[in-house]
Amino acid sequence: MPTTKTRVPAVEGWFTLDGAAPALLGSRCTACGTVAFPKESSFCRNPACTGTEFAETPLSRTGTVWSYTDACYQPPKPYVAADPYVPFAIAAVHLAAEQMLVLGQVVPGVGVDELAVGTGVELVLDTLYEDDDHEYVVWKWRPTGTTDPTRAQDA
Amino acid sequence: MPDGRQVCVLGAGMHPWGKWGRNFVEYGLAASRDALAEAGLAWTDVQFVAGADTIRNGYPGFVAGATFAQALGWTGARVSSSYAACASGAQAIGSARAQILAGLVDVALVVGADTTPKGFFAPVGGDRRDDPDWLRFHLVGATNPTYFGLYARRRMELFGATEDDFAAVKVKNARHGLANPNARYRKEVTVAEVLASPMVADPLRLLEICATSDGGAALVLCSNEFARRHAGTAQRVTIDAVSTVTPRFPQTTLEMPDLSTDSAAAVASVGPTFRHAVALAAYEEAGIDPDDVDLAEVYDLSSALELDWYEDIGLCKVGEAEKLLRDGETALGGRVPVNPSGGLSCFGEAIPAQAIAQVCELVWQLRGQAGGRQVEGARVGVTANQGLFGHGSSVIVSR
Ligand SMILES: [Zn+2]
Repeated sequence: MPTTKTRVPAVEGWFTLDGAAPALLGSRCTACGTVAFPKESSFCRNPACTGTEFAETPLSRTGTVWSYTDACYQPPKPYVAADPYVPFAIAAVHLAAEQMLVLGQVVPGVGVDELAVGTGVELVLDTLYEDDDHEYVVWKWRPTGTTDPTRAQDA
Repeated sequence: MPDGRQVCVLGAGMHPWGKWGRNFVEYGLAASRDALAEAGLAWTDVQFVAGADTIRNGYPGFVAGATFAQALGWTGARVSSSYAACASGAQAIGSARAQILAGLVDVALVVGADTTPKGFFAPVGGDRRDDPDWLRFHLVGATNPTYFGLYARRRMELFGATEDDFAAVKVKNARHGLANPNARYRKEVTVAEVLASPMVADPLRLLEICATSDGGAALVLCSNEFARRHAGTAQRVTIDAVSTVTPRFPQTTLEMPDLSTDSAAAVASVGPTFRHAVALAAYEEAGIDPDDVDLAEVYDLSSALELDWYEDIGLCKVGEAEKLLRDGETALGGRVPVNPSGGLSCFGEAIPAQAIAQVCELVWQLRGQAGGRQVEGARVGVTANQGLFGHGSSVIVSR
């Protein structure tokens, strides 16, 4: 793996680049407290709220798997696939504090057989694709070796 | 159902689904002419034409109402064009119904058609970093089957659904479609064949995910009063509800093309989920209960998704869809056959035509004209459909 490439986010402003403890960046409506990811900047999704000011807020770095699947075939563009294509798992993760789901790839090497509803995961940054000068990174979910036996998300 | 809220269906028409590779206008035209012939009306009798748009065929697709009207020959009719993803056809029906119920026109033509590319639906081209549909492909590689796979796995873990159950849905719909001349796939399959097809989005396999097709569908709608004058009261089939409601905040089910749900932390999530709410609004509008339904056409984008719909349209309680399927209740001859047309499983998706095609099937079923796939004695049918970005629809048809 070449180390001279510049590490840049695949999308600007959606997550911190903190190598040890990266976090997704959402918005919190200053009027009603509603959290949104990706960030809202001009309107609040709460129909009872006319708030127009939003504070940036990092989302929980850990959550539990709500459900999961994989991509056995190469997704079409604008997905940038490795050649040869390597299938990957995808998880929708429940964040308890925010009471929301966030979709993301699961880190390479972890397949659907190692996942279950309730599997504990944490957010990491990993390569999405590369060009000659840059490594484009995105958030992915990595199992923490814990499970939530109550599956509180089902309530 | 009060007379004042119904519109009548005089004619239904379809161009067979397939991968024909011709201009979508041809399919819409063929379906329109068939629907008009069934209605016993000429194109020049139509006062309003409602087109369901396609976004994959350039500008003519964005203004489908006018495109079809021009192809049929300009007559000075009122016109509308609707885009609502998979619910586009229902929006067009809703548009025509509103014109009729408002007393602005007596006779309307609803038409949708599409020509589709091969493979996964990909987002519209260009570098569009503010479009959630573009971003989900770019950042996660999340295709439509990704979402179907997530829902299917949930059913397995929460309700004990099995891969055999999902395959059984495909087997059922393939059998239904054998007798449908408009279906693209008319071939029986076995559970073993389904389970031997390649995995696409675990736990869903190639034969369980709907293809993309070319096709066209059309309806001729009219006011109750016009129907009595024109055709008498025999075999009067009516549209009693067209539900196209939005989700309610906070929307806590992950829906295409989103990478996240709303947060329910500040405002609690109450009430039914989106798909359930779409159907409930239709039942309320028609003044009936799910128990009154004799058959349903639901959007089986995947085999497993059909099971979700059983619950969403109220055929059974949440978690009981597998039992309904296993008991044969949703197969032809069962209590409430689902997708007697063969569904998307046999058609493949021709987006703007699909919600209209669902209603065409109900019309033929209620008239007793469905041949080898006839649901005996059917009086009330419901359709259900969900698209991207919070569009969905449910239409109730009765005789
Ligand atoms: Zn707010």
